[in-house]
Amino acid sequence: MADTENAVELQNVVKRYGEFTAVKRIDLTVPDNSFVTFLGPSGCGKTTTLRMIAGLTDITEGDLLIRGKRVNSLPIHKRNLGLVFQNYALFPHKSIFDNIAFGLKYRKTSKSDIRDKVNRALDLVQLPNVAERYPNQLSGGQQQRIALARAIVIEPDVLLLDEPLSALDANLREEMRVELKRIQRELGIATVFVTHDQSEALAMSDKLVVMNNGFVEQEGAPQDVYNNPASAFVADFLGHSNIIAGALGGPDAAFTNVNLQSGETLLTTDEQTAKANGSKDVRAVIRAEKIGLSEQDGSGDGVISIPGKIKTVDYLGQQARYFVEANGRDWQVINPIDARPHQEGADIFMHIAARNCVLLPGHQD
Amino acid sequence: MAADIAGERRAPWVLLSPSLATVGLLLIIPMLFIVVYSFWLRTATGADQVGFYLDNWIEVLGDRFYRDILFQTFAIAFYTTVICAFIGYIPAYFVANTPMKSKAFLLLMLMLPFWISYIIRTMSWINILGTSGALNTLFLSIGIIDEPIQMLYNQTTVVLGLVHYLLPFMILNVYVSLDGIDKNLTEAAQSLGCTGWQAFREVTLPLSMPGLAAGSLLCFVLAAGTYITPIVLGGPRDAMFANLVFEAIVTQLNWPLGSALSLVLLALLGVLVVIYTRYLGVDQIAKSFK
Repeated sequence: MADTENAVELQNVVKRYGEFTAVKRIDLTVPDNSFVTFLGPSGCGKTTTLRMIAGLTDITEGDLLIRGKRVNSLPIHKRNLGLVFQNYALFPHKSIFDNIAFGLKYRKTSKSDIRDKVNRALDLVQLPNVAERYPNQLSGGQQQRIALARAIVIEPDVLLLDEPLSALDANLREEMRVELKRIQRELGIATVFVTHDQSEALAMSDKLVVMNNGFVEQEGAPQDVYNNPASAFVADFLGHSNIIAGALGGPDAAFTNVNLQSGETLLTTDEQTAKANGSKDVRAVIRAEKIGLSEQDGSGDGVISIPGKIKTVDYLGQQARYFVEANGRDWQVINPIDARPHQEGADIFMHIAARNCVLLPGHQD
Repeated sequence: MAADIAGERRAPWVLLSPSLATVGLLLIIPMLFIVVYSFWLRTATGADQVGFYLDNWIEVLGDRFYRDILFQTFAIAFYTTVICAFIGYIPAYFVANTPMKSKAFLLLMLMLPFWISYIIRTMSWINILGTSGALNTLFLSIGIIDEPIQMLYNQTTVVLGLVHYLLPFMILNVYVSLDGIDKNLTEAAQSLGCTGWQAFREVTLPLSMPGLAAGSLLCFVLAAGTYITPIVLGGPRDAMFANLVFEAIVTQLNWPLGSALSLVLLALLGVLVVIYTRYLGVDQIAKSFK
């Protein structure tokens, strides 16, 4: 049973609050040295799951294993975890040094060891000169670095991060994201990261766990989850997708026809048709940025071009988002801007390659 | 231009004028009257002699009697404050940690005693501790004692009455500072290896010190200035300093002496407040919350 390959293992974990079930049967592993992200909208159970791992919330059913040991009823202070909160949660009445040394003090570390370890942690988060200061004398980004230093200095079995970047402003958030990932790699520490920000999740994770409604919708490497969403929810939540119901048609050269309810016919690959589970009913998922736009018809060689008219243009800087009307349906298209964006009202062709037409079984939810 | 700047400088004073007028008329001017009174002299005929006499001050500052009562007053106020701090912290902690919904109800319950006159609340102890009060009747009926014990009219009952009166003030002050402490802080402390009790000692208790300090100061000042509780629950030798003021002004109609006495109490409590905020670092702790 004891699988030391996994830092954390959740087996059939359920959390109920009275009548309300926050987490409905979750099976999950956090492999050693890996960065695992729980991604989902608020109320999806991701924070509850993190709190259960931390020991801040009781588990109603199922087992929680840390380093192969069942820890369901082990109190939080005996779990050896590093916890970082969204609001930093530094002790305002203690200096930065004492904040970081806090966990070491309770681990019976000698004074000189504490000093060495605190200094090393401060170096690691690149704030070597703030030991004497107090939390309120540091900026938000600096406070979060200290919170991280405080969590890792105790060499925890798992590092738990509860939306640690959400309170920072946009530029700082990106800087901290890189920083966090660097530190995690350097220490090789198993990390669970909770966020509702998909770009953070995609950029940082080794393994992405998309949660919704107390369930795990999909887990896997970020690329796999992004390119091959297992449900309409994942397709919709990660990036922007066009999801259209349709039916599988006959084969067409190396590809298979998908007849959309809106009238168009797309092509898809065998890899995708396997997902229909033998049924004809499918839903086609086409990512907004995987649709090409141009004024010429580009059909052929596995590409279908659909004529349409540009209804609205959102200028986003490096790229533009278009709503293109075709056969009475609005398609969302995101394209990089070449020189200048296409104009509103222009007649346009949408090019969809077969490999970008991902299928989901029809009407499952 | 110049007029604009002058107007801008005047604006805060104009805006402050209602409160300045209120404080001035109701607090500072009456206090100045008291200061002036304290230098008058009451003659044997009972009339007040207007002038600048130091007689009252010499009597108040020189007589051991007043010093002893002052000491006793501060001792009673001190015991009251310490007891309030200890037994007030627990309900405050409890209220701060209850869910939002029941919190409002519990706070209302805390306010409830204020709806009943303080004198009535103080006198209710007579019905409980008096010779024919509830406790004595109970003890007599179950045979623990043969005749009623004298429980009332001593320093202990004065402290008891004061604690009863001042406890809500302490609870509210401590509650406010406990309520402002981020729950994540205790969770962070526990994740770093603290037991619940250690997390309380390391985080919650130090961060609630401003409330505890403010509540203690309030309790001490209110207790030191009380005169009803010693009258109702104290014996003849349990007079507190405010009783002397009451005695001098209401009974003996000796306004000059009463004025000097009340100024002594005011000055001492004022000095205490200054020392308290300066050296116990109430400001300093409050700063850490920003």
